[in-house]
Amino acid sequence: MADSTRAEICAVAVAEAFRGDGEILASSFGTVPAVGARLAKATFAPELLMTDGTATLLEEPLPVSGKPDTGPVSEAWMPFANIFDLVWNGKRHVVMVASQIDRYGNQNFACIGPHEKPKAQLLGMRGAPGNTICHLTSYWVPNHSTKTFVEKVDVVSGVGNDRASELGEAARFHDLRRVISNLGVFDFQTPDRRMRLRSVHPWVSVDEIVEQTGFELVIEGDVPTSREPDADELRWIREVIDPKGFCNNEVPA
Amino acid sequence: MDKRMTSAAVVAELRDGMTLGIGGWGSRRKPMALVREILRSPLKDLTVVTYGGPDAGLLCKYGKVKKLIYGFVSLDSIALEPHFRKARQAASFQAAELDEGMLQWGLRAAAYRLPFLPTRAGLGSDVTKINPDLRTVRSPYDDGEELLAMPALELDAAIIHMNRGDTRGNGQFLGPDLYFDDLFCLAAKQRFMSVEKLVPTEQLAKEGALYTMRINRTLVDGVVETPNGAHFTECPPDYDRDEAFQKEYAATAKDPEAWEAFKTRYLDVPEEEYQAAIKERAEERARG
Repeated sequence: MADSTRAEICAVAVAEAFRGDGEILASSFGTVPAVGARLAKATFAPELLMTDGTATLLEEPLPVSGKPDTGPVSEAWMPFANIFDLVWNGKRHVVMVASQIDRYGNQNFACIGPHEKPKAQLLGMRGAPGNTICHLTSYWVPNHSTKTFVEKVDVVSGVGNDRASELGEAARFHDLRRVISNLGVFDFQTPDRRMRLRSVHPWVSVDEIVEQTGFELVIEGDVPTSREPDADELRWIREVIDPKGFCNNEVPA
Repeated sequence: MDKRMTSAAVVAELRDGMTLGIGGWGSRRKPMALVREILRSPLKDLTVVTYGGPDAGLLCKYGKVKKLIYGFVSLDSIALEPHFRKARQAASFQAAELDEGMLQWGLRAAAYRLPFLPTRAGLGSDVTKINPDLRTVRSPYDDGEELLAMPALELDAAIIHMNRGDTRGNGQFLGPDLYFDDLFCLAAKQRFMSVEKLVPTEQLAKEGALYTMRINRTLVDGVVETPNGAHFTECPPDYDRDEAFQKEYAATAKDPEAWEAFKTRYLDVPEEEYQAAIKERAEERARG
């Protein structure tokens, strides 16, 4: 098979974020996260649950492009009321997009500029405040730059680690797992839970990431390179999950 | 017990400055015929509570909204409602933006006639900064945990759209999700339900399983039969979203002339003419 694309490497990094989660609902926003979550379920994490994007949990998730070989098998009903049940019960790991993110993982996709009169209205708070305080959360940033990895986000929609620490016990279910960007993979496995560079994508250098980040990242020793999909994973992505290669539009080569 | 009304009679019950809840979710099973009736009315200064879609976009565009209480305003296949976006960027209404879960929690508090319900959702985020009236509450038990006290979202009136209903105000959803339409009705003083089709009561159990008959008549004061009344939002199994029409609607946010033409053809006219116009439009497009 041909060399893996950048988007495919990002999707593998998303899939890795779900490793070890067990029997929980995997929710994803954006094409690369959708491919990554499906890849995890198709390979090492079949126990993950996924919806059809509306109110049905499917045994095998629908591909992000192309047609499935067989009709989808429903395994449970999941209307929005039950989604909130799951969220507040903690049985979920969501990958949300961050339009801005800071060193503690405070995320903004609500608006750019002051909330009273935004320069650009984005999605709004949506479920980010409740998601982040209740269950596992990771982020996808398809356009890593000093405009997205910022010193201070304009509005905090997803709660970061500094704010969670201030809340103490009330934030005991807060758990930021990973940030995956088009340049690298990040986590918060540091004493003060600041963002750490976990791996660098093969087409990027550590210096480039530092240059494109608007705050100081924790960088420990030699940073590993993000892993590439193996032949089996590539087959899943290209033949089953995303045969039309939609994910490549999100991270052009 | 005959609760049949016209859309005009429903809107005549509403007052300036009221808090109005609107059922559905995004661009899904919205009571659009009733919303269009509000657009044609002189109603103003509304506080609108909604899982927002084109209902919020249109009401904002028409300047009917003083305050919007919402978690998002989306057209689903178009992530952000463009008319809402424009109104927000012009700061033309007060934006009480909440976490999506807090919204149903506030409706639930109102439904149960409680002053608030505790939740963790919102803590630590800027929801509390955007809504400075929000308070926290400490658990009176040994854990002593401090939680956000989501205040009851008490509604003066609620409007919802169902697939089927009877003249007595029983309603039935036949699609995949009730959303929070039951809570909107429980949280409101006056409750109005539009339906795709009025059927004899004995027909309801034949239309769908018993558990689809989720709106009982204690929740409804008035019923309006509005066939295709959720258009252009989806109302499965009766019809899907009219994506082509929604695209045309969304494009008018960028083009004042297109907006005027859209408004003249579809919104300045009574519901029957709206329905005739969209039929005509579909035929025009089929001819190419």
